[in-house]
Amino acid sequence: MEIQYVYTKKRAEFGRQCIFSDRPAELLVDIAPNPDALKEFVERDPVDRGVQVVQEMSEHDVNTERFETDSHGLNHAEGGWPKDVNAQEVEQVIRFRKKVEKDEMYISTVQTLGGQMEHCIKQNNAIDIYQDYFSDVEIQASEEPPSAKTINVFKDPYKDRGVAHISWYPDGPTKLAIAYCNTDFQRAPKDTSTESYVWDVINPNSPEMTLKPVSPLVCLEYNPKDAHILVGGCYNGQVAYWDCRKGSQPIETSEVSTGHRDPVWKVIWNQSKTGTECFSVSTDGQVLWWDIRKFAEPIEKLYLDATKKQDASQAQGAYVLEYEPTIPTKFMAGSEQGAIFSCNRKGKTDADKIVAVYPGHIGPVYALQRNPQFPKIFMSVGDWTTRIWSEDIKENAIMWTKYHQSGLTDGCWSTVRPAVFFTSKTDGTLDVWDLLFKQNDPTLTVQVSDEPLQSLRLQEHGRLMACGSQGGVATIVELSEGFYAQNRNERNLVNTIFERETRREKILEARHREMKLKEKKGGGGVS
Amino acid sequence: AEVEETFKRILSHKGVIGAIIVSYDGIPIRSSFAENDVTVQYCALIQQLAQKAKSAVRDLDPGNDLTFLRIRSKKNEIMVAPSPDYLLLVVQEPNDQP
Repeated sequence: MEIQYVYTKKRAEFGRQCIFSDRPAELLVDIAPNPDALKEFVERDPVDRGVQVVQEMSEHDVNTERFETDSHGLNHAEGGWPKDVNAQEVEQVIRFRKKVEKDEMYISTVQTLGGQMEHCIKQNNAIDIYQDYFSDVEIQASEEPPSAKTINVFKDPYKDRGVAHISWYPDGPTKLAIAYCNTDFQRAPKDTSTESYVWDVINPNSPEMTLKPVSPLVCLEYNPKDAHILVGGCYNGQVAYWDCRKGSQPIETSEVSTGHRDPVWKVIWNQSKTGTECFSVSTDGQVLWWDIRKFAEPIEKLYLDATKKQDASQAQGAYVLEYEPTIPTKFMAGSEQGAIFSCNRKGKTDADKIVAVYPGHIGPVYALQRNPQFPKIFMSVGDWTTRIWSEDIKENAIMWTKYHQSGLTDGCWSTVRPAVFFTSKTDGTLDVWDLLFKQNDPTLTVQVSDEPLQSLRLQEHGRLMACGSQGGVATIVELSEGFYAQNRNERNLVNTIFERETRREKILEARHREMKLKEKKGGGGVS
Repeated sequence: AEVEETFKRILSHKGVIGAIIVSYDGIPIRSSFAENDVTVQYCALIQQLAQKAKSAVRDLDPGNDLTFLRIRSKKNEIMVAPSPDYLLLVVQEPNDQP
């Protein structure tokens, strides 16, 4: 309650000088204690109170700006000569040398040093003191826990673009070609740059080469046969190819009229005698084959039509293509509707061209790849799971992972170990699965970035993984030895796993068929 | 005279490719390499390395001193014998006896 003291003063007396005087204290308010109020409270016994005698500290973190390094060469010239000797003049040099050689100390020093040196030379000649013992004993499987380490990070100089595709240089892990594109439908601001870059792994500060297509690149691939040629698919449906030696402009681009009508999501090089054939797929439902020497129009065309009639109106758009250079005429495409098409390029009739359609996923299929060592087994990534299929079983996948919390965006098998595969998720994590170790969960989950990871690519040797995020940051992650060291038994064990699962599916399929037949017979009998 | 003898004896050992006597400020006094730039390169690089090795040994234990420096590489071995004023540098190809 408020305690107030009010006083009045005549207006005529305002502003007069204040004259203070003492007077005894006057009681204004007297509030007596009210024992009834005590009933509203309960005595608390014991009372817990924490006390700490600790120095109060605060935490700050500081991150310095990116340090830009540059490498230069240094030229060493001959030096150390005393002032009066010119190193170029042979006479002066000889004179100086002769003078030093006459020095007494020189003679004795050289003799002592010579003695020491001879001892070591003779030692070297007698035995190899650096001999590696037990070098032929086999290295046991490494006991260290699986881990992955970020080695380098490449940032897109422009904002708003995500990493759409990554391709490693075929001749070794020295370069990366990264395609940047804002894939949100019509949401890219107007002056977004169309450039894509080739980065050198050692220098994350600035790209080695810029590629300037007409429209942003959605996918980019190095030609495995000729490491200077790159082919890229654009957001507007065109396909273009570059030669690294000839500059940033594409050597040739396909025509807008004969190409795709939607972004070209995947381009893969074909195994051909000339090494110049590639094929591309887009969400307009077409698969087009191109010869880079003649980009004016595609060599061949195929519609991804599930009804097997090559009907353009029924065609399903596709996001991914799968091609194995050892099986040159067959390929697979994963569609937007979730189906996986297995096709034969050399099919005689239209129906033969699409060999099989697998049920796939609930949403678009984002990645599709055959196991490099077991070509009959392939994996597909879509919706929130990864599924492993066997080519023979068309009804269902033979193995699948559980449904994850975040959607999966890309996946690939390890090039070295047949039981290992990788997936990237929209929460920015990279999952490494090892089927021999654990089949329910990923063996290792690494948080690579805070933004969703859009694409990933494993380098051929199996040790380095490049992941691209939606913010335009590409990270190179090095995997621990366990993931790329080959194990002798592995092939057999993995083979057994796959065969077992395939057999299980076959038995289930047979059972289903039996039950359907019984139903039909039973239904016929009753009616 | 005796210097000549010592030098020639070192060069005559099996596997020895060449030898250089370097002064403390990096000048090659005597070199068995024919090309001058090879000599200069060895001098400059190895002398600095030997200096660094010597100071490292001394820093770790002031009573200690560098007696010999051997650099074994895939193709050959560089041996350096230091002294207060001069440096004797010998390049030898190792004889790998299994």
